[in-house]
Amino acid sequence: MREGSEGRPAGGEAAMLEVAGLNAWYGESHILHGVDFSVNEGEVVTLLGRNGAGKTTTMKSIMGLVGRRAGSIRYRGQDLIGVAPNRIAHAGIGFCPEERAIFGSLSVTENLMLPPVVAPGGLDVETIYALFPNLRERASTAQATKLSGGEQQMLAIARILRTGAKLLLLDEPTEGLAPVIVQQIGRTIQEIKKRGFTVLLVEQNFRFAATVADRHYVMEHGRIIDMIPNAELPSRMEKLHEYLGV
Amino acid sequence: MFMILGVPGPLLFGQVLLGLINGAFYAMLSLGLAVIFGMLNIINFAHGSFFMMGAFVSWMLLNYLGIGYFPSLILAPIIVGAIGILLEKTLISRLYKLDHLYGLLLTFGMSLVVNGLFRNYYGSSGMPYDIPGVLNGAQNLGFMYMPIYRGWVVVAALVVCLATWIAIEKTSLGARLRAATENAPMVQAFGVNVPRLVTLTFGGGVALAAFAGVLAAPIYSVNPNMGDNFINTVFAVVVIGGMGSIIGSVITGFGLGVIEGLTKVFYPQASATVVFLVMVIVLLARPRGLFGRMV
Repeated sequence: MREGSEGRPAGGEAAMLEVAGLNAWYGESHILHGVDFSVNEGEVVTLLGRNGAGKTTTMKSIMGLVGRRAGSIRYRGQDLIGVAPNRIAHAGIGFCPEERAIFGSLSVTENLMLPPVVAPGGLDVETIYALFPNLRERASTAQATKLSGGEQQMLAIARILRTGAKLLLLDEPTEGLAPVIVQQIGRTIQEIKKRGFTVLLVEQNFRFAATVADRHYVMEHGRIIDMIPNAELPSRMEKLHEYLGV
Repeated sequence: MFMILGVPGPLLFGQVLLGLINGAFYAMLSLGLAVIFGMLNIINFAHGSFFMMGAFVSWMLLNYLGIGYFPSLILAPIIVGAIGILLEKTLISRLYKLDHLYGLLLTFGMSLVVNGLFRNYYGSSGMPYDIPGVLNGAQNLGFMYMPIYRGWVVVAALVVCLATWIAIEKTSLGARLRAATENAPMVQAFGVNVPRLVTLTFGGGVALAAFAGVLAAPIYSVNPNMGDNFINTVFAVVVIGGMGSIIGSVITGFGLGVIEGLTKVFYPQASATVVFLVMVIVLLARPRGLFGRMV
């Protein structure tokens, strides 16, 4: 898996995202202590772990939204360390943060159209409305923060599908949502996987993660401590429970 | 002569018109201040200096290059806006991570230096700038005579305020600007070059001040202190309207101008303080200002 240091592993399939020895700091706090993992094109990969393990910080580090970072983040061969967040987005990465970041001074449509198109091949607005029928109904809502939590989450995912970004970072998209909405988000992730998107997913809820993901990385104290292919999940459930302390 | 509330009609309307003119300048200046504060979190104390530079640049264009009033309305804001962009890039941008207070001190210092430089070269007595020929004269409106240039100032200010509002509230660039005001790092993570957007916003706010300066040149004499006379009131307007609110700035600007004018008719002694009296009352009743949003 790590043979891709020159960008192209022997197997012929290049890892789309290669994170190696990633360290990150918020001010004086050292949060990530050498994170290593990779995501292949077309995969759905999760980062599992307890609160404070460094999952969200890993995502923010990939986007360049932490105070300081060191190590290597290679996306399609391009090193993203030291690159400004706007240029990272233009490399083809879409970010849906945990707090959703729906803008209250913008309408629903303005939120949807806010991220600039970074590459061809994004979904058009009609396709997005077909995936999220609620958003079509609420398109004229003038203050997007008036949407329900589930609708805001859908909007936060929808707006990065439009931009042509091929790697989507979804930080806890199911957090605090009703089961029926969680199911809808699960179906959406499966659907966008079918359409060729690659997804890195942060989840607390591994039962949900198991329904959508190909592989799981387990994080603890700012490091990756294990990798579990989804097929092996049932046999290694006990180990996972131990990791997550559930 | 007809009377209204015991006051001669022409006197009353004259003061209302004067209030609208002052209000037009309050509105344009506080609009720029509000946009800059919303986006940069900088309380731009140099705003009066950019206003003054707008008037001076149009005076220079006329006297050194023979370029008249109407081209100046376009050229002076571009020139002064470019100066603002240069100052933002070289000085102001270094302060974004610090407390508001540092930006206030820096821009206050900048305004002292700029005003001092102009005073050094041009003295403080002021230089005339003639009203352009087509806008000269007065129109009889039946109830009063209105100098055409003053009517023009009110209309031009309204058009500029409306255009600014449309640009911010109705365009995709404006949507990015509003979003970046809420959460700049996230907007940048979507691929928007936020530092450049910030620079352009500052340049735009400065250009608005300079545009107001060009409009002001024929009314007030062109002198290094002309911004100072306005800027105190303009800060009060921004506070009353609600920091960072665009609509608030425009409505409050015109409204306070008229209130000031009416005070001159009915109780002249209070005309210089009435704005601050309103500010105290508004802050007591609504600490965020009339149109302030929850922050």
